[in-house]
Amino acid sequence: MRKSWWKILSILLLFYTVWGGFLMEVPRLPIVNETIRALYFHVPMWFGMVIIFLVCTVSSILYLRKPSRDLDVLAVEFANTGFVFGLLGIGTGMMWANYTWGSPWHGDPKQNGAAIALLVYLAYFVLRGSLQNDEQRARLSAVYNIFAFTSMISLIFIIPRLTSSMHPGSGGNPGFNMYDLDNNMRKVFYPAVAGWILLGVWIASIRVRLRKVEETILDLEYEKNK
Amino acid sequence: MKKISSLLGPLLGSVPAFSQEVEMADTLRSEGKIYVVVVIVLMILAGLIAYLVIIDRKATRLENKLKENKLP
Repeated sequence: MRKSWWKILSILLLFYTVWGGFLMEVPRLPIVNETIRALYFHVPMWFGMVIIFLVCTVSSILYLRKPSRDLDVLAVEFANTGFVFGLLGIGTGMMWANYTWGSPWHGDPKQNGAAIALLVYLAYFVLRGSLQNDEQRARLSAVYNIFAFTSMISLIFIIPRLTSSMHPGSGGNPGFNMYDLDNNMRKVFYPAVAGWILLGVWIASIRVRLRKVEETILDLEYEKNK
Repeated sequence: MKKISSLLGPLLGSVPAFSQEVEMADTLRSEGKIYVVVVIVLMILAGLIAYLVIIDRKATRLENKLKENKLP
């Protein structure tokens, strides 16, 4: 295994998140009660997704400036991983909503926005699947990626804040500090976000390496069969 | 904390005056059962991390293999 300090950091942060997440103090609030601890797991899924999609989009932009197969592999595998994080975010959100808001799908603007954003990214994969030519596929999906990322940001972070949403932080505090976190929770929340993001990058990096190996093998076979 | 209470309180129709009135998993904690939950989740996490390490090693092995075959 390629030893990296950040992989070990990720493991430590995640173990700390689980330990602290269940055992450390949280504010006693009505309706959410103990489920407020879900904050350490549900929200980092989304932050992780945004960072991973950001890397994906930056690779796409770099690809358009100077095409290289490596950048395309980076873009598609980070998109894959980001999408999984998004699915987990929606799933965990539905679970949490079921017991606090009364039903898994409340028609809340952020929930709808997140679902639409994921559909937009799903279309990215459909687009890739429909193109045969490698270079064309990489180019067109890179362009689409930029659109997908910007719409995701508006759908999840901008539009819900403009309307009344049941998600904390909407219709209220417009700062980045959007969750009313008390100091106790911050001690677990920030490390949790960092840990889950690092885990996402780790997973994506393995995917990238495996994809590159796969493509090299295909190239070698092609050379042999020429 | 005040903002959440003032947002969600009126929805319920009653805002607890003292934090002790909000039900939390105090019984579970006092019986020490919360540690069971923690250990279970840590086991799942450890298993997933172990799996990640295994496939990370597999990727390294494949990369090295390719490098060896390309040299001659």
